[in-house]
Amino acid sequence: MPVARTIRNLGHRTVEAVWRIGYASRFFAMILLHSGTSFRRFQLTIKEVYFTGVMSLVIILVAGLFVGVVLGLQGYETLKSYGSESSLGELVALSLVRELGPVLGALLFASRAGSAMTAEIGLMKATEQLAAMEMMSINPISRVIAPRFWSGVISMPILAAMFSVVGVFGGYLVGVVYIGVDNGSFWSQMQASVDFQHDVVNGVIKSFVFGIAVTAISLFEGYDAPPTAEGVSHATTRTVVESSLVILMLDVVLTAVMFRGV
Amino acid sequence: MSAQPLVEIRDVNFTYDTRAILKGINMDFHRGKVIAIMGGSGCGKTTLFRLIGGALKPSRGEVRINGQVIHELDEKGLYAMRRKMGVLFQFGALFTDLSVYDNVAFQMRELTDLPESMIRDLVTMKLHAVGLRGTENLMPNQLSGGMARRVALARTIALDPMLILYDEPFTGLDPISLTMIGDSIRRLNNALGATSVLVTHDVQESLKIVDYIYFIADGVIAAEGTPEEIMATDKPFVHQFVHGLGDGPVPFHFPASSSYAEDLGVRA
Ligand SMILES: Nc1ncnc2c1ncn2[C@@H]1O[C@H](COP(=O)(O)OP(=O)(O)OP(=O)(O)O)[C@@H](O)[C@H]1O
Ligand SMILES: [Mg+2]
Repeated sequence: MPVARTIRNLGHRTVEAVWRIGYASRFFAMILLHSGTSFRRFQLTIKEVYFTGVMSLVIILVAGLFVGVVLGLQGYETLKSYGSESSLGELVALSLVRELGPVLGALLFASRAGSAMTAEIGLMKATEQLAAMEMMSINPISRVIAPRFWSGVISMPILAAMFSVVGVFGGYLVGVVYIGVDNGSFWSQMQASVDFQHDVVNGVIKSFVFGIAVTAISLFEGYDAPPTAEGVSHATTRTVVESSLVILMLDVVLTAVMFRGV
Repeated sequence: MSAQPLVEIRDVNFTYDTRAILKGINMDFHRGKVIAIMGGSGCGKTTLFRLIGGALKPSRGEVRINGQVIHELDEKGLYAMRRKMGVLFQFGALFTDLSVYDNVAFQMRELTDLPESMIRDLVTMKLHAVGLRGTENLMPNQLSGGMARRVALARTIALDPMLILYDEPFTGLDPISLTMIGDSIRRLNNALGATSVLVTHDVQESLKIVDYIYFIADGVIAAEGTPEEIMATDKPFVHQFVHGLGDGPVPFHFPASSSYAEDLGVRA
């Protein structure tokens, strides 16, 4: 009975998925519950911010520059056909601040820092470091997991902002320096159109939400990984795939709420 | 032996999935003693340690420490109990992102309010006890296997625990370190008034330093006694183990469900 088997498989997978989501939610609740140490001993969190930040900084800056350059080139071509090349600054800045900074920044963060986090936690578990800590009556969630979580939540908006800033600079390089759009109108149009509340704050909120999602997924996958080399490598892959999908899904929702007032 | 033992293991059964690992273990660890647990690979020694540390729950029976049933403690009670325990993990489990110094100092920093100057002195003393003073700034991946094991040993005893569980403290040690570590386990136990339990395969070394020995086989205690009793016994099991013979009641092979001949496709 292939139909019965298919239905049974489907049911089995559904139950497993629901169970996993429940387990992940519990894990997330535990992180929040055991976050005291991350703030009381803030240097623990700062140390992780340093690691995740430094780890992702180069890729964020380089990617931001390239994206800005491409935006400048493409934007100029499109705007020229409407005779509004002077709005190039506005186009570049709005695209970056509203969308590309938070989204691409988070995608890069997931593949660079998120996967590293998963691998690190997975290996700590596989080599019984977390178990050893528990045997010392030190809660690994509060000592190891929570500081990493908050480091991600703190780093992500900063990295996204850097992405946007470098991107705008890339757009300036190609638009003003290379193509020759008027310098004054590039900046003044940008200033006139980018609204702090509507654009900048919403962009920061986006990257903040992405930061929470990516870091929580990365840590959960590491914590949940089977204690083997294969288990850790699968978990690392899952981190990147799941984070990417979740970022794009959340972006749809957030954009709809923020810019269309759904 | 009228005093209450520090650790009482009563009819402990444990099953992984469907495979019964421990089938009714009874042990008493008396205060101030050094006890050895021996048995073939995979017989459940590490599992027993996990049960004592409260990381696993017995499917039947109970482990009592200081009269308290471990698996009935809540998280707070369990953590309070673990503060008085030191566990050397079979594979060391050093924190790979911390230096040797920070590894040994870890619990002092996390669990006490000792000033850094005192922590420095304590770490120096603990490292000296395992012969590794001067390695403070090395990272775990810069240590040899035997050195890592000794650092883990120093970390285990960092807070002077009352119950110390050593899972194979002698593996990877050269004969000189082995004797030194063996001696220091004994000395430490006496100095701290602690109780030490070691899982080991090193029969000769442990006979020298321990007070009591348990042999586990097939999930039950196959033999037990003081070193003198063990040396004198003529039980085939103990004889085989002490002399490392391939032939005897202790199986070398995992209990596979099919025979070797079947697996190879050979007809009997
Ligand atoms: N997480 C687990 N899931 C299922 N079975 C396990 C698990 N951990 C251990 N086992 C099984 O339990 C048995 C006992 O394992 P344990 O680690 O306690 O052995 P051991 O006596 O410490 O062996 P060794 O001397 O080789 O360290 C083994 O047969 C092993 O296959
Ligand atoms: Mg073992």
